[in-house]
Amino acid sequence: MTRQRKQKLFHGLCFFMTTLTVVILAVLLTHVVMEGIEWISFEFLDRFPSRKPHKAGIKSALFGTLWVISLTAFFAVPIGVATAVYLQEYAPKNRIMEWVRINIANLAGMPSIIYGLLGLAIFVRFFGFERSILSGSLTLALLIVPIIIIASEGALKSVPNSLREAAYAMGARKWQVVIFQVLPSALPGIMTGIILAISRSVGETAPLIITGALGYVAFTPESISDPYTVLPVQIYNWAARPQVEFHGLAAAGIVVLLTVLLSMNLLAVIIRNKSQKTRTS
Amino acid sequence: MTSNQPIIETQNLSIWYGEKKAVNSVSMKLFKNRVSAIIGPSGCGKSTVLRMLNRMNDFIEVLRHEGKILINGQDIYNKKLDPVDLRRKVGMVFQRPNPFPKSIYKNIIWGPKVNGLKYEPDFLVEDSLKKAALWDEVKDRLHSSALALSGGQQQRLCIARTIAMNPEVILMDEPCSALDPRATSKIEELITTLRDEYTIAIVTHNMQQASRISDVTHFFYEGELIETGLTESLFTKPTEKRTEDYITGRFG
Repeated sequence: MTRQRKQKLFHGLCFFMTTLTVVILAVLLTHVVMEGIEWISFEFLDRFPSRKPHKAGIKSALFGTLWVISLTAFFAVPIGVATAVYLQEYAPKNRIMEWVRINIANLAGMPSIIYGLLGLAIFVRFFGFERSILSGSLTLALLIVPIIIIASEGALKSVPNSLREAAYAMGARKWQVVIFQVLPSALPGIMTGIILAISRSVGETAPLIITGALGYVAFTPESISDPYTVLPVQIYNWAARPQVEFHGLAAAGIVVLLTVLLSMNLLAVIIRNKSQKTRTS
Repeated sequence: MTSNQPIIETQNLSIWYGEKKAVNSVSMKLFKNRVSAIIGPSGCGKSTVLRMLNRMNDFIEVLRHEGKILINGQDIYNKKLDPVDLRRKVGMVFQRPNPFPKSIYKNIIWGPKVNGLKYEPDFLVEDSLKKAALWDEVKDRLHSSALALSGGQQQRLCIARTIAMNPEVILMDEPCSALDPRATSKIEELITTLRDEYTIAIVTHNMQQASRISDVTHFFYEGELIETGLTESLFTKPTEKRTEDYITGRFG
């Protein structure tokens, strides 16, 4: 085979694989939207689940998801960002810290069901938080803290050392260098990491089923100790029923979930682009 | 010309990176209101020595040193001395312009602000930029990003930012190596005007530059201070063979 032909073949192969990914995604999305479209309406968003498919809605799951992600972010963001700042800016460079880093990377790759079991043992049983938003959020926070740490560490690492040197040379103290120069420069990267981590937690089902998200909730939560359900759990519940109508509801729920996820990802992209503009212009 | 007390003095300064000795027993004096050039081939330890003078090397874990560095007779590595206080007195301009990713205005006032100094911001900004010969070019866009400036302007902003702290000494680590000839000549002009108010130490690999702007030149080679002299005489009649070889371009 000539070199030109090899070149063309490789090019074609990469192109084919890329197209394949996009086509599969498009097929899945079209399928879901086609199935769910007739069920989506304002009422669908504003009604509680019901035994009768035509009266069922997703309100409690949508509210549950909003409660859970807010509380999850509340726990996970400070822990994750502060840990990343410690690891990147303060920690000594030795074997113990290397070991800690490797373990954080391992935690980020752990199956979520294991976090669910941990949450069940610790938050639901040991601390007695029961099947509440609090238990679910703490469990999800455990799940996304490693992701936030890794993303934030990467963002901090990409802040050029010359910026730190400039700040030190101006007689700044270490905390001033970190808070007033390094963190603001790393913020877009950190924000993107946080949003992507949270959007991962929005899609999680297994750990929440284990720690007690309910399949049928006919009210919106009033406090963090209330029982709750979230979008993916509600979708799972509908999809598991034999009646065809509920499958339409599940598809509609997926569309809502995807809308939430895509808007969060869009937000991440906007933040990234905006900060790139202000830094270069 | 150099008969007064040195403002900075190193005594038998040796520096190691891990096991590797980078600087060997350097004793060097920098005098008030003089521009001292430190020249020498790459890797001769000239930047390492310069960065010791405001303790920027504190952040390199594997680096250790022996010998003393005195500023106005005070040992700057004395445990009781706060390196932050030292850096207020001894400012630094780096090889690549590194303005903060903020407005021009904020770049100037950041140092005095974090140090809790008393200052009148508008006056300080105008005064520092004028001293750094940048005012006329940027006075209409003080609140736009410093990163929009050209490389040479950014470097003069870094000098202005250092001046705003009113230091005694300004260290410059190859400040023109990332700049084009026009920007370089502006910085050189600026340095010669700054000598009246500040003591300047400039590391450069550019010998013409050293001969144009400095009063005193120190020639470093393989971690040692080979020769020190008034710039004019060092470049015209060096006493050491290695100095002569270097300035005539036989190596380096």
